[in-house]
Amino acid sequence: MSALREDFKEILRLVRPNARVLDVGCGEGELLELLTQEKAVDGQGLEISPSGVAACLAKGIAAVQGDGDRDLDHFPTQAFDYAILSKTLQQMREPRHVLSELLRIADRAIVSVPNFGHWRVRWALLTQGRMPETKALPEPWWSTPNIHLCTLRDLTTLCDELGFRIEACAAVSRGQPARSIDPSRAIENWRAETALFLLTRERPRPPAPKPAVTGDLFD
Amino acid sequence: MSDTAVPIPAIETNGGTLRLPADAPLRLDSGATLAPLEVAYKTYGRLNATRSNAVLVCHALTGDQHAASTHPITGKPGWWSRVIGPGLPLDPDRYFIICTNVIGGCMGSTGPSSIDPATGKPYGLTFPVITIADMVRAQAMLLDALEIETLFAVVGGSMGGMQVLQWAADYPHRLHSAICIAAAARHSAQNIAFHEVGRQAIMADPDWRGGAYDAHGVRPEKGLAVARMAAHITYLSEAALQRKFGRELQRDGLSWGFDAPDFQVESYLRYQGASFVDRFDANSYLYITRALDYFDLAASHGGVLANAFRKARDVRFCVLSFSSDWLYSTGESRDIVRALNAAGCRASFVEIETDKGHDAIFLDEPVLDSALRGFFESQASRRGLP
Repeated sequence: MSALREDFKEILRLVRPNARVLDVGCGEGELLELLTQEKAVDGQGLEISPSGVAACLAKGIAAVQGDGDRDLDHFPTQAFDYAILSKTLQQMREPRHVLSELLRIADRAIVSVPNFGHWRVRWALLTQGRMPETKALPEPWWSTPNIHLCTLRDLTTLCDELGFRIEACAAVSRGQPARSIDPSRAIENWRAETALFLLTRERPRPPAPKPAVTGDLFD
Repeated sequence: MSDTAVPIPAIETNGGTLRLPADAPLRLDSGATLAPLEVAYKTYGRLNATRSNAVLVCHALTGDQHAASTHPITGKPGWWSRVIGPGLPLDPDRYFIICTNVIGGCMGSTGPSSIDPATGKPYGLTFPVITIADMVRAQAMLLDALEIETLFAVVGGSMGGMQVLQWAADYPHRLHSAICIAAAARHSAQNIAFHEVGRQAIMADPDWRGGAYDAHGVRPEKGLAVARMAAHITYLSEAALQRKFGRELQRDGLSWGFDAPDFQVESYLRYQGASFVDRFDANSYLYITRALDYFDLAASHGGVLANAFRKARDVRFCVLSFSSDWLYSTGESRDIVRALNAAGCRASFVEIETDKGHDAIFLDEPVLDSALRGFFESQASRRGLP
């Protein structure tokens, strides 16, 4: 258990026993296996790579081969208690749509993202003038799967726009215990290498603002 | 095989034929009834005390109940001996495995070559048209007779997979888990088109005699062989054909004629056709392909496939497809999975990477084995099976 990923430890802490859990981008099912053993969850994985899904099945974990960008639409509303998206949001073509789908499908979403506002990233960009390569973001720009990087502040802003409440937030760094943080504090946007959020729907989505009374633009 | 080969451990094999009397008819989708009804079946392993370890294995178009036992006509091992056996994913030491011959078939279950009690002659074309749902209904009647209320699993590939889907739609409360391999929720225009080629080949054979060939003491072997040849191509991928045969010749040089096959692939197909007619009945081929063509699970559920699975939320599903299968492609399996998800069912799905085409169901595919093993294993622990 000592080799447990720090973000997994934090997720394990957040998930209630016997919950229904959807893990989007579940890989070889390590997290679901852990949650099944420790929290007796009813788990389901979604994974794009066939070898990942085959590995899940061999472990006895229910997993569907599919694409988080496309296949979430086919899950019914509120089918799960938790939808987990671990370090994958930045690889999605439509992160905003994926986020809102997570909280349509599940009552709670657990989302972790590498923080592009981390000081190492800022420092690398400032001093070298090149796309940063850090522990959390190791690939060069031309081969990275991370096409929609964001900062901690970007994500809190988006959650606000989508009407999501941040129930809990933790900064996670490799080899260090997760640290509970207030994501609205500017300092955390410098310090958090990876940020992990527990999100719920704060309020029903606000109705689209009504267009101003139609009339002559030059009224 | 050497003389020192380790003997294959014996599997406890049983089976027989369920005979239902004329006053217990099978009601068919067409509105007709079938009585008396016979359902031939084989079993492997032993039913446990709580009757909770039964697995129904559903066969494909030209398969039969001999899933893991030597075929009485061909002498070959059962069609799924790779999956059913000691130490294999479906272990008879653990599960009670049942395989029935579908109705309409020709290996002991009531079909067009059975005797019509009204005339004392084989049914031939007076046999009623049957559907996949009718096949499943007959299987359920067999389970009733065996006093098996619920199945630990129903599993099948190709047409067997369609029966699995039909089971989930019609008897969800009798299922614990369901495994659908290389199948589709409906027959596509292309599927129907290939079947029509096969049927026309049979009916064009002068020995078919309007389906009454038995009475004339002949069999439409040429037509049935051609039907099998055309169908067999659809079971293989282009890559597999290329790998196996390429343009290799049967002998040195071309024959510049049509008597003997020039290419190895021709010879292979002729062999497939010729050996098929020894074990299959032409009218059964017509009826079973018809049943497949009529299959459209969404259409029978208000046009929405998810509706077929709404009552199956407690059933755990596993859907598998093969990357090079163009008969029932991965897209078809994906549609099934999406419908299951939409219905709120728990489903696993994986596309297995292989160049062996549709036939991969019956071939050496380690990922198929490990997926089946993992799925059965997890379901067995959920079901509380040792």
